[in-house]
Amino acid sequence: MSIGGTGDTGGTGEVFLDVKDLKVEFPTEDGVVSAVDGVTFSVRKGKTLAIVGESGSGKSVTSQAVMGLINRKTAKLSGEVRLDGEELLTATTEQVRSLRGKRMAMIFQDPLSSLHPFYTIGKQLAEAVLVHQHVSKRAAMDQARTMLDRVGIPNPERRIKDYPHNLSGGMRQRVMIAMALLNDPELLIADEPTTALDVTVQAQILNLLRDLQKEFGTAIVLITHDLGVVADMADDVVVMYGGRIVERGGIDDIYYAPEMPYTWGLLGSVPRMDVGRGARLEPIPGQPPSLIRLPKGCVFRPRCPYHELVPGNRCDVERPDLLPVTPDHAVRCHLEPAQRKEIAIERLGAHSGQVAAPISTGQGTGSPRQEGR
Amino acid sequence: MGAYIARRVIAMVLMLIALSMIVFLIFNALPADPARLTCGKACTPQVIEANRTRLGLDKPLYEQYAIFAKGIFAGRTYGEGTSVSFECSVPCLGYSFRKGEEVSTLLWDRFPVTAQMALGAFILWIVFGVSVGIVAALKRGKWQDRTIMGFSLIGYSFPSFFIGLLLVFFVQIKWGLIGFEGYVPIYEDPRLWFSGFILPWIALALLYAAFYARLTRNQMLETMGEDYIRTARAKGLRERTVIAKHGLRAGLTPIVTAAGLDLAGLLGGAIITEQIFALPGIGRLAIESVVDADLPVITGTVLVAAALVIVANLVVDILYAVIDPRVRLA
Repeated sequence: MSIGGTGDTGGTGEVFLDVKDLKVEFPTEDGVVSAVDGVTFSVRKGKTLAIVGESGSGKSVTSQAVMGLINRKTAKLSGEVRLDGEELLTATTEQVRSLRGKRMAMIFQDPLSSLHPFYTIGKQLAEAVLVHQHVSKRAAMDQARTMLDRVGIPNPERRIKDYPHNLSGGMRQRVMIAMALLNDPELLIADEPTTALDVTVQAQILNLLRDLQKEFGTAIVLITHDLGVVADMADDVVVMYGGRIVERGGIDDIYYAPEMPYTWGLLGSVPRMDVGRGARLEPIPGQPPSLIRLPKGCVFRPRCPYHELVPGNRCDVERPDLLPVTPDHAVRCHLEPAQRKEIAIERLGAHSGQVAAPISTGQGTGSPRQEGR
Repeated sequence: MGAYIARRVIAMVLMLIALSMIVFLIFNALPADPARLTCGKACTPQVIEANRTRLGLDKPLYEQYAIFAKGIFAGRTYGEGTSVSFECSVPCLGYSFRKGEEVSTLLWDRFPVTAQMALGAFILWIVFGVSVGIVAALKRGKWQDRTIMGFSLIGYSFPSFFIGLLLVFFVQIKWGLIGFEGYVPIYEDPRLWFSGFILPWIALALLYAAFYARLTRNQMLETMGEDYIRTARAKGLRERTVIAKHGLRAGLTPIVTAAGLDLAGLLGGAIITEQIFALPGIGRLAIESVVDADLPVITGTVLVAAALVIVANLVVDILYAVIDPRVRLA
């Protein structure tokens, strides 16, 4: 874990993706859906940022806004998205298109529905090469084959002639990853890349992503609701709730010193190896908020067990700001910092004020990212 | 694939046999006496009875069916062993005493007219309906979409005979743009051939195009919302390619099924349209035979039309397996 500058969340490489005050609104018949509101984060090359949150927290919309996959005609976007310094929200759709799949690529959640059922794997991969490189079809097919081999697909020679439905779930996700990596993207956005896969395959896919990152120095944005995956992969974490960032910090900040009641709830609802068998998982009560009529005060207030500790009903009337605790760690909460630390220790138990990471799906069990620390 | 086709062909043959039995039974259970139809004005009870025996109409129905079925494959001799015997050649679907012609010959004479009518309308409605449906889908919610869907609702609600009569009234009677020659073979006069077909084509195509515009629009909307379309965009493909290569490929596949069956249905004759525009096709033949109570022709026409649909079903299924690699034929 490295020390970053103010504002962005750590890392030593150059900032490759810089998102500032991103807002995405969808006008609907029932009112404006504010899917993403004032999201700010950045990712450096060779580093992984995890965006964590429940369904409907705005994490997928954020990533699709970065990729330019949100229709500007039906949604209102504002703020800044800079890819290697180039502003994307004001760029023409054609400019963004030429970057898509080339400098930034995306892996989707469900690899079966994300691959075209009528085209062979080879065709779909070669197509990704041909949009961005001026090579022959045969050369594109060669690249496809090489990349399939690289992501660990046995017998790529035969596989390029297969259709998606011929492959297993893990193989399909490998194909998706191969497709994303064909043009050596510098930014890879993975939207729940392992959610549709069973646990052993999950670990393989995560290892693959990690290895490829080491090899190419790719910046990765990992979108997930699985804290085990986060512990395995991330350098920095952004926790989203109701379209907003509620806590942001290095992986250690989030796992060992979380300060936002929602983050506590997330960590408390993950099974742990270090507490006794009798310990029960604590779900977060209630439902995520509707993004049309958000509560006036803190977005998390309706589900927060601690709002009474804040004097003067501030949680009901005033939206908390995302305020830094340390240069790398910011929290959106009205509770006093001392109170938050106290509750964290009490809730998440732990020895010497530290919260152990949840069990992870990969090999890095116990503590997040043991290597490099 | 081969096994699948073989299985389907066998099933189709069985279905055709069952179909022919049902059709044969239904029309022979009608109160009309086939023997009475053989002699017209010259009928006396003696002649009718004589003809009944000569044609085997006094035999039990299953035996009559066996003779009928055998005739399709081996031909048949009417009035065998008598002075007025005559041959009905393969495939013998029966003999029309009204028209003094073998049923298969009648059908064969009429089929080209119906086929030209059906194919022309088919091309028109596919080209027009599908393209308009695609436009509506891509402009969803905009004025183009609403206009197209509005017109398609109107087109879909009007029965084809109404549109046909409107066309006759305005184009032929009021404005005199097209004469009343009816059907003229293309080799005799291409211009008259065209003017004879253009109105029926339009009348038929309008109805189908309206339906296909809706079908295409819905299919395209569904497809363009699929995850793999998002993947195609994420690759950096141009929107044109996304629509043409990824959207249409998946969106239009189900339309193949509908189109195949609709075409087959039309090839079996369009009774009203052929009647309105004086086209001597299979639909007209069907009407004439019903009016004349010409049983052998009714049986033959219905049988052929139904067989067309069954065969089209098989063709469409096989075609679908070729188009959609997921259909792996169990």
